[in-house]
Amino acid sequence: MSVVPAEVVPGSARAGRSAAPAAELGPRARLWPSLVAVYRAQLSRARVARIPLLFVATFQSVGILIMMRGVVDGGSEAESVVAGSAVLVVAFVALNLLAQYFGQLRANGGLDHYATLPVPPAAVVLGAAGAYASFTVPGTVVTAVFGCVLFGLPLTHLWVLLAVIPLAGAALSGLGAALGLLAPRPELATLLGQLGMSAALLLGVLPADRMPEVVRLARDLLPSTYGVEALARTFGPHPDWAYVLGDLAVCAGVGVVSLAVATWAYRRAAVR
Amino acid sequence: MIRHSDEVACAVRGLTKTYPAVRGRRGAPGTPEIRATDDVALDVRRGEIFGLLGPNGAGKTTLVRQLTGLMRPDTGTVEILGHDIVRHPERAARILAYLGQESSALDELTVALAAETTARLRGLDVRPARAERDAVLEELGLTAIAGRPLKKLSGGQRRLACFATALVGERPLLVLDEPTTGMDPVARRAVWAAVDRRRAERGTTVLLVTHNVIEAETVLDRVAVLDQGRVIACDTPAGLKEQVADEVRVELVWRERAPLEVPEVAVLRDRAVASGRRWTLRLAPEEARAVVATVTGGAAFAALDDFTLATPSLEDVYLALGGATRQGLVKA
Repeated sequence: MSVVPAEVVPGSARAGRSAAPAAELGPRARLWPSLVAVYRAQLSRARVARIPLLFVATFQSVGILIMMRGVVDGGSEAESVVAGSAVLVVAFVALNLLAQYFGQLRANGGLDHYATLPVPPAAVVLGAAGAYASFTVPGTVVTAVFGCVLFGLPLTHLWVLLAVIPLAGAALSGLGAALGLLAPRPELATLLGQLGMSAALLLGVLPADRMPEVVRLARDLLPSTYGVEALARTFGPHPDWAYVLGDLAVCAGVGVVSLAVATWAYRRAAVR
Repeated sequence: MIRHSDEVACAVRGLTKTYPAVRGRRGAPGTPEIRATDDVALDVRRGEIFGLLGPNGAGKTTLVRQLTGLMRPDTGTVEILGHDIVRHPERAARILAYLGQESSALDELTVALAAETTARLRGLDVRPARAERDAVLEELGLTAIAGRPLKKLSGGQRRLACFATALVGERPLLVLDEPTTGMDPVARRAVWAAVDRRRAERGTTVLLVTHNVIEAETVLDRVAVLDQGRVIACDTPAGLKEQVADEVRVELVWRERAPLEVPEVAVLRDRAVASGRRWTLRLAPEEARAVVATVTGGAAFAALDDFTLATPSLEDVYLALGGATRQGLVKA
């Protein structure tokens, strides 16, 4: 049995390379153009794969509204039910589905495609997170409007959704992306995403006043809570805009941190 | 072939990667430490199609992942066109295009958007990205299905669409991991024509992972044979075959079973690799002639269904070199 060494070709050993100048590198993809490209591509996936799930997200929230109609009469409890159901759509899509998406992409080697392109990690994470946050817009608006009509709340300040959706979306999708990319197994990513959504459901929709102290603490730790609070505050006759801004600022802060963590997690997951 | 130079496009030295042992858990046995690549040394010359051939699990993909900066080796160096990829793995993305085996990142995109997005992420502006997309889809005959999501395509078409994404945004080195899996002959021809065009026009180098010996023999300039993480041979396909040129492969297919009552056949039994009704023998040419004369002439002929006499293929080389796996290389 003969074993031929790899360097069968004479003179091909180490010579030549030091003399030859290094080849010119291809351009790096810049942050914004590549972010837009990823965002567009992710958004187009909705047409193929996501629409049924978006319906599920909306029906789930509308169902909860109808169910709670029998329990809650009105007042501040109705406000938090409507706000909680609307933000639940964001939690379902941005947290749960994005965690699953990144969990699967990481597990089956799909990240290799991005990792072998000269694209900034932030562009991949922010593009996907942005797209998933965008998926939530129709469902959140439909849920909020339906809830207002059902519980007789004013539609006057619903424009605040323009701030709530992107900021709560940033916080929750950052969290979802980070969970998906950090989970060692895809099933675990799915589980964490589901748990996060269940927490948003229970702690966001049910009125906080009736909860025990421990649960209230958990509620304060969940980023979706601040989106819910911001929206709920605007249903009153004279909303305290300072508090609304404060809640939204918390969402924004959590969004920045969680997206940064997700970007770090992507970098870590891409090179093993 | 088309254009060759002695300039080395990709130099690999002493590349070693070990997967740590996994302790067994309840119900699941542990796995011992595995050397996925073991002191690998290679030189891929500029403009050549260089193949990595070996059965599944030989370490081809692990090796390629280290060359593309996706995996850090434990020790060793990788130099691609003058850039140290072990020290600067992020440079790999700017110098090579990689076609992996997995398409899940692109599955839900249309063919056109997959190509355009990839071009954008390779640093092209919108207009050049669209122009490249159109040119590459046209070149590969994908224009008609450009609007369909990859998920809805057949395996071969999807593979071709992924190959298209490797071509947009020109790179001097293409690393292709089994690019033609599942493709029909027309698609295969489109792939090799596109590769040849780039070699002729731009001196593009191709590193190809394959376990298909027929493809390896027809398209590769040189091939490294991998077995259990080690390079056990590296030469042109013809050069490798010369190592076993003194052998001829005889395959005998019996109708029901081998007629062992015929003494001439019984003698061969110990030297044949039997697989069902098929016997494979590796013999010196004159011996082979004698065997064929025996089985086609005498009492054995009645039991014979079919026979072939063939010159050695790369598969024979692999086995002669001591490849551990008896099966695993594909002839298709």
